[in-house]
Amino acid sequence: MTESTTAAAPAGKPRPAPATAPAPAALEGRIGRGRRFLSAPAIVYLIIVTQVPFAMTIYLSFTNWNLLRPASAGFLGVENMFRNYSRILQNPDFYAVVGNTVVLTTSVVIVTFVLGMAFALLLNRPFPGRAIARTLMISPFLVMPVASAIVWKNLLLEPSYGLSAWAFRSLGLPSVYLVEIAPLVSIIVVAAWQWTPFVMLILLAGLQSMPDEVIEAAYLDGAGPAAMFRFITLPHLRRFIEIALLLEIIFVLNIFGKIFVITSGGPGLQTTNLPYQIFLEAFSRWNVGRASAYGIFAIILANIVILLFLQVVRRKRQEEGR
Amino acid sequence: MTRTRLGTTLWAALTLAIAFVMFFPILWMVLTSFKREIDAIAFPPAWIFAPTFENWRVAVFGGPVLEFMGNTAIITLGSTALALALGVPAAYAMAFYRTRRTDGSMLWMMSTRMLPPAGVIVPLFILFRDLSLLDTHLGLILLFGGMNLPLVVWMVTGFMEDLPIALLEAARLDGATLAQEFRHVLLPMLVPGLAATALLALIFTWNEFFFAVNLTTRSASPLSVYVSTFKAAQGDLFIAKMSAAATAAVVPVLLAGWLAQRQLVTGLTMGAVK
Repeated sequence: MTESTTAAAPAGKPRPAPATAPAPAALEGRIGRGRRFLSAPAIVYLIIVTQVPFAMTIYLSFTNWNLLRPASAGFLGVENMFRNYSRILQNPDFYAVVGNTVVLTTSVVIVTFVLGMAFALLLNRPFPGRAIARTLMISPFLVMPVASAIVWKNLLLEPSYGLSAWAFRSLGLPSVYLVEIAPLVSIIVVAAWQWTPFVMLILLAGLQSMPDEVIEAAYLDGAGPAAMFRFITLPHLRRFIEIALLLEIIFVLNIFGKIFVITSGGPGLQTTNLPYQIFLEAFSRWNVGRASAYGIFAIILANIVILLFLQVVRRKRQEEGR
Repeated sequence: MTRTRLGTTLWAALTLAIAFVMFFPILWMVLTSFKREIDAIAFPPAWIFAPTFENWRVAVFGGPVLEFMGNTAIITLGSTALALALGVPAAYAMAFYRTRRTDGSMLWMMSTRMLPPAGVIVPLFILFRDLSLLDTHLGLILLFGGMNLPLVVWMVTGFMEDLPIALLEAARLDGATLAQEFRHVLLPMLVPGLAATALLALIFTWNEFFFAVNLTTRSASPLSVYVSTFKAAQGDLFIAKMSAAATAAVVPVLLAGWLAQRQLVTGLTMGAVK
């Protein structure tokens, strides 16, 4: 493979393009019109895989279909069509679930932002072993979320032989089972462990893109570390912070595996977030209509964040003159 | 002078210590996988122990882990290949034949990747059921292929935009067809970028759980579904074997991620941060 490609590469090389030709113009014209449509298969495929199910979710949310009652697969009727939605909005469970989703997401975002920023600042200075430290720090993000959940649950937080029990005992404290006394907190801890490296990586990329001259100039002007951070680093990092946090929110809103493994959404509804509630409606109550209506709420919630994110990316691309 | 050097050393030590703490749960999992079951649940924890390969022999090489890993491998490779096959031509059009709609299409693609899986699981389940795709490799390949497509388009478009356009023009002046241009000019220069893209797609697909657990039952289930069955204690003698299975599930992605470290940020933000 490598041999054939290196042998073939010079095919395009021997005659350098005329330096005067404006680059994009040469690619316009007859060829361009056809090749522009090379993106069509990808776009069509994405429409089939994402927009078709999305449209179906909307339709299904207006039905009373329950897979356990095959005869029920019907449209609710125009005057009744929002029944699933009104049932959900009248049910206190919905507010508990949305509350859990919001608390879980906000807590994870705050914790990971503080830790991620601190770690990024620490890693931004050269020292021997920096590459190793960076590699170790990003690792939690790479671990399969379900695997990290069983490791935290069965090896670390376990109350009789787990490491936390040993730590508590060594400090002379009674051993507590975090999953039992504060189930949502245990999910937050595991999720924060996974997502801190994500925030750290993006902020570190931001720190490393800071031009040296700016730092030097500020230093020569007598800026101390605090002023430097407040007036030079933070403004420069703004875009990176926005992108990191918005992306994190989008994905943390979808947390499912950890809840599935650590608490199964319980006790009661204490750790049930929107995705887990949809899972319960769909695959233990088989209530297609209700689950779809819940799905619409999840999509609305996510879309608010997605729109913000796209705004940031668009602004960034425009600034780069792309 | 000495004061700053001491400061640097302290900061370095602190950073390394934090990195070690972050990594510790993974290390503990790996260590536990080499313990006897009795040492795995020892209290206080057994820091020093005689390593055994028994768990790996029983739980990984003798147990169902390899079978599930096979499923994961088929699904992961298949969906990554599908995403590349559709995504690379699309990236070519996006990078070299920009129109007024290109930016919009790119952003739309990115937004599809962020659609909450739970929002579309019900229709997907019904579609899969009606098309006999439930519990098949093909079903998850088709789905994850779509999931990775925006990632591939965004990353590869970025790599292509960085290429010297003069080379393409030269090839074209020489009368190269699209296939020749792609094979002889673009591909050789894109290999590192494509490799990084494929690695990132592998990482996301390998770890996926939500769709996998809801759309498969047993025969096509990936490793993540198997690992999740350890959520309930299966007697006292399972902690070390659980750790071995989990380690086997985690290590390939850990290595892939370490390899693709430099592209990780680009991939995670779909090119929004380079």
